[in-house]
Amino acid sequence: MNERGRVGMIGLIVAETSLFAVFVVAYLFYIGKSLNGPYPKDVLELPIFNTVCLLSSSITIAVALRALRTGAARRAGVWLLLTIVLGAVFLAGTAREWYRLIVGHGLTIGTNLFGTTFYSLVGLHASHVIVGLAILILLCVFAFSGTLREHLERAEIASWYWHFVDGVWIVVFTVVYLVGR
Amino acid sequence: MSVLADTMASRRGAGAHRPLLAVLHEWVVTVDHKRLGVMYVVSGLVFLVVAGLEASAMRLQLAWSGLHVVPPGTFNQLFTMHGTTMVFLVGIPIVFGFGNYLVPLMIGARDLAFPRLNAFGFWIFLFGGLLLHFSFLGGEGLYGGGAAPAIGWFAYAPLTERAFTPGNATDYWNLALLVAGVGTIATAVNMVTTIATMRGPGMTLGRMPIFVWEILTISALTLIILPPLTAAQIMLLLDRFLGAHFFDTQAGASAVMWQHFFWFFGHPEVYILMLPGFGFASEIIPVFSRKVLFGYPMLVAASAGIGLVGMGTWAHHMFVVGMGSTLNAAFAASTMLVAVPTGVKIFNWLGTMYGGKIRFGTPMLFCCAFLFQFLCAGLTGIMLSVAPFDWQLSDSYFVVAHFHFMLVGALVFTIFAAIYYWFPKVTGRMLSERLGRWHFWLFVIGFNITFLTMHVPGMLGMPRRIYTYPADRGWEIWNLVVTLGLPLQIVGILIFVINIVISLRRGAPAGDDPWDAWTLEWATTSPPPAYNFDVVPVVSSRRPLWDLKHPDDPDGPHE
Repeated sequence: MNERGRVGMIGLIVAETSLFAVFVVAYLFYIGKSLNGPYPKDVLELPIFNTVCLLSSSITIAVALRALRTGAARRAGVWLLLTIVLGAVFLAGTAREWYRLIVGHGLTIGTNLFGTTFYSLVGLHASHVIVGLAILILLCVFAFSGTLREHLERAEIASWYWHFVDGVWIVVFTVVYLVGR
Repeated sequence: MSVLADTMASRRGAGAHRPLLAVLHEWVVTVDHKRLGVMYVVSGLVFLVVAGLEASAMRLQLAWSGLHVVPPGTFNQLFTMHGTTMVFLVGIPIVFGFGNYLVPLMIGARDLAFPRLNAFGFWIFLFGGLLLHFSFLGGEGLYGGGAAPAIGWFAYAPLTERAFTPGNATDYWNLALLVAGVGTIATAVNMVTTIATMRGPGMTLGRMPIFVWEILTISALTLIILPPLTAAQIMLLLDRFLGAHFFDTQAGASAVMWQHFFWFFGHPEVYILMLPGFGFASEIIPVFSRKVLFGYPMLVAASAGIGLVGMGTWAHHMFVVGMGSTLNAAFAASTMLVAVPTGVKIFNWLGTMYGGKIRFGTPMLFCCAFLFQFLCAGLTGIMLSVAPFDWQLSDSYFVVAHFHFMLVGALVFTIFAAIYYWFPKVTGRMLSERLGRWHFWLFVIGFNITFLTMHVPGMLGMPRRIYTYPADRGWEIWNLVVTLGLPLQIVGILIFVINIVISLRRGAPAGDDPWDAWTLEWATTSPPPAYNFDVVPVVSSRRPLWDLKHPDDPDGPHE
């Protein structure tokens, strides 16, 4: 089962990578092609705090798994809970950013090519964070109920997905906030 | 042991006088790879008939200049639905359906790695197919009269933008293929995982049947090239429903980007369809030539090569877009490069037949026709890879003839071969050889009358996707001949269907191994039990059944 789960998850991650790659290509191709504002350099701010939260959640989930391996299911549950909080803070930060852009600057998905590609790429990533959070919440519940200990490898495979979501953010951050600004 | 006995007993009971609803329920809730495989292939064949009827209507319309068999708008819908159906609802389900059925049997596994995911993949594919065809009835749904999409199977932007195709017809195309694509990705993950982790004892990678190699190759390819189509379709969805501008040239976007995304999927997709066809030929030709497959490692390497190089050839569909000489030259070169591993395969099959003791059973007949027609399709492919030649003939009937030679002359022929070859395994009964020969000869003659001739109006300049044409171009007689090949093919298909129906009831019992074959699926009963193998055989060569039948002369030392 575990061997299957590993290969299956790798397959899913390959497919997801390919999906994101196309949105990234579209973003890069349309940089500077908007016919009207607002433009990225006018409205985008570096989401440093958000990024720190999401990336450190990769560390907390790794710590949770290490605890799980030693049999400390409750401790693992606490670390998983921390991971969930970090992910939720990231989502809240994205929501705040979008609120500021939509209400404050009038930038929507239909405003210009920047809006189109920005909301699509960041939104695609955020939707993956939501799926990841759903998985994490399940893991957390199972950790506190004690059943997760018997499914250590499944938890590990699920954590791969979370690491993938984090890794994608590094690419999205680089493309949207560093290259595209 | 008692579980086994129970299963055996329930098998014997199966099929005999049970209420239809119970049988139906069993098929709907099944997660068995064999049943799902059969459902894939059967639904693919049903869609094949639908798409064939659409094609027939188009051929009647084009039989002579100035005819009015169908209205112009309907004609656009017909070619869109025909192309979309053939690629997404006939080709993909049939090749993955055979993969479903055969891969676990060929590698000595109990089922696929994720049986429930497999069932999900099938049902969501079927839902996508039904959604697409529902457009004939519902079309624009509450917004107006029913209408099928009329955007061509590759749905070029900006025609697909809301400004140019209002209503919901385009959304049917988009959503149907989006969900069907998700099912295909799920199946691809399943196949890769199964082949990577569930091979039976002794079944090393180097001993896998070629068909399994081809399924592994196309599944890996699917994981890389299908999500870009999904991504592009999500973009189109955002454009049409949320007012985004991904392909909106008015907002400074590029319509050519859709072409790149589509063909990055669309071209390797041809290999996803063709490689399993090569797999069928590579299983059938050795058995019917009574010889070991010639050059097994090269054949595997050629498949991987086609997969890899095939991902870098997509823009040869876009020579007329005006990409510039550098890109044109690069894509022309990569396209010609693909011909090398493909040519290797032809020699593999010829080398297998050379000096063999060939039995011309129906599967072998289809494979022989495949060899000729595939070669012809490959050669016109190389002609079209030359950019200036493509400028002259792009979007003409020459291109239509080329890819029908590939997808019908090569793929559909190998699918027929595969059905004649594995039908006994699936049903326990042989298909009639006599009717099979009628099917073969009618179809091969009809096919060539239609599609060999179709090259000519293309070279005379007849564009594809036209509703009708003026009388003074000299195209009428060629179009008439093209249409005249149609009745032969239809009768051929009818005989095929009759053959299946009759043989299901009264076909000669097949036994476990009617072809004296060598791969593992023939080691179990026909049809195989739900658990596939009583005892999973230990494999020690590429032809495990040969080893079993000839313990004095095993294959291993010769490999």
